[in-house]
Amino acid sequence: MALKITRDEVAHVAFLARLLIDPSEIDQYAEQLSSVLEHAADIEALELNDVEPTFRPIPLENVLREDVVTVSLPRDTVLSQAPETAQNMFLVPKILSEAP
Amino acid sequence: MSGKDDTMFEEISDAWELVVGLEVHTELKTTTKLFCGCSNQFGSEPNTNICPVCLGLPGSLPVLNRHAVELSIRVGLALNCTVQASLFHRKNYFYPDMPKDYQISQYDLPLNIRGHLVLPSGHRVGIERAHMEEDTGKSSHLGGSGRISSASASLIDYNRSGVPLVEIVSAPDIHTPEQAREYVSELRSVLVAVGASDGKMEEGSLRVDANVSVRPRGSTELRTRCEIKNLNSLRSLGRAIAHEANRHIALYESGESPTQQTRFWDESGQVTGALRTKEEANDYRYFPEPDLVPLAPSQEWIQSIRDTLPELPQQRREWVMDLCGEATTNDRIETAISDELYPFLVATLRSGLSPQRVVARTSNELAAELPLPNYFSTERFVEICSLEERGELTPTQVKTLLTEATHDDAPISELIARLGLVAISADSLAEIVNSVIEESPAEWTRFVEGEQQLRGFLVGKIMKASKGKADGKVVGEMLVERVSAAKKVG
Repeated sequence: MALKITRDEVAHVAFLARLLIDPSEIDQYAEQLSSVLEHAADIEALELNDVEPTFRPIPLENVLREDVVTVSLPRDTVLSQAPETAQNMFLVPKILSEAP
Repeated sequence: MSGKDDTMFEEISDAWELVVGLEVHTELKTTTKLFCGCSNQFGSEPNTNICPVCLGLPGSLPVLNRHAVELSIRVGLALNCTVQASLFHRKNYFYPDMPKDYQISQYDLPLNIRGHLVLPSGHRVGIERAHMEEDTGKSSHLGGSGRISSASASLIDYNRSGVPLVEIVSAPDIHTPEQAREYVSELRSVLVAVGASDGKMEEGSLRVDANVSVRPRGSTELRTRCEIKNLNSLRSLGRAIAHEANRHIALYESGESPTQQTRFWDESGQVTGALRTKEEANDYRYFPEPDLVPLAPSQEWIQSIRDTLPELPQQRREWVMDLCGEATTNDRIETAISDELYPFLVATLRSGLSPQRVVARTSNELAAELPLPNYFSTERFVEICSLEERGELTPTQVKTLLTEATHDDAPISELIARLGLVAISADSLAEIVNSVIEESPAEWTRFVEGEQQLRGFLVGKIMKASKGKADGKVVGEMLVERVSAAKKVG
């Protein structure tokens, strides 16, 4: 039976998630991810038109907090998480550029 | 390129119709962020309003800000939307200004749907949705010079990350650059009027993306569109749209087609350019945010918010136009109904003063004195305008008094005494008119015989003789009386 997920799709999803995977691992992931989708297909086969979607087991809505300031983290603590800093900001490689 | 006015920059061939939909992001005027208690204050020191929630650290949980919800509903109601039960989704993308690598937004069930906004010109623009989402951090890009480590780097300040936003998505109902500017300007007034936004485009609290396409005039198809990001002034908006439309037209006319893409507006070059990101566009893998429960405002809550909505710009405009009739220009009315001036206009109109006169005083003389000092109350303005209405002061004197009364908090009566502002009595004015007629017999005779252009000469002489205390309108009436008297004698 043909796999539900192609090798290209595995590579694409890995890129989106910024996961570095070895080309030799792609087949294995394609097989595993396909079996997840096959399980979903089993559920899709059921007659569920009259069943409301369930996002969470306990029916709960409108959980809100008042608009009151709480204490933020000290800046040194925040910046200690950054790989590199400059001018009290996170320094990161430039991501966006103009097309040539 | 300089020396041309906006309409030159915005010219588009008549054979093509412009089709534009706008996405306007507005930061909400809350005290704290959307999902945590960090301060939502513009201009704080970088990276000082940050906590585990807005940094997306493992184990942190977002809780929705009630005030942000109320402001979002106010926006929706002001834009004639239906407020509905809604869900939050995660929009996944990799970009350093989003520390979580996803943005919490609303997807297929936004809070506000299907509204519209009527522009001052009467054009109606559909609103597809107005949904809640969190803002991203702010990045500034370092140039290519200086240290090697900073040669191609970005600096990120996460203070803005998690600030509440409403994104208002219009239908593709905008067909000229001018309509686009009019839409954003009117939307801005609405957002400020309902208290949702401070409307400061220059501080980024209002940001506009434009989806632009063109089609042969008369056709109803929707062709490939390009999205221009982050247009931060009304002028850039109009020019960027026109430039992009003309780029599409040139491609079609040379047998090519534009590619759907995200572009930016280059202010210095006055052109749009393509953006290239390492992320593939529109692969956001939205899924319901598991850490937030649905937002389903009750009808009672929605109604209580509706009950506190202020008068919107369109209602103000219609009210003032009805009172003034055709005689007052739209520009004057637009100025007079602006948020800073409107309370003064309302106070004078409610006092029963002549609408045309108080719209003129509000939009010209009072507008020139903005920002007004705290002691300049609406009562103070009514007192001054009433003096003109009753004929106790001339328009010239009222203008002088108004300037003084916005710079000096002394009582009006004291300012009048100090400035020597006393309207001239009818008897003294009659004497002045007589003496001017005696001094210029030749001009007077020609005026009586119908040379209307001498009217200005005579009025000027009388005003001068009265040292500016005479009312030009009264002088004019007096001259008309004298002419008819002279004709009867003749």
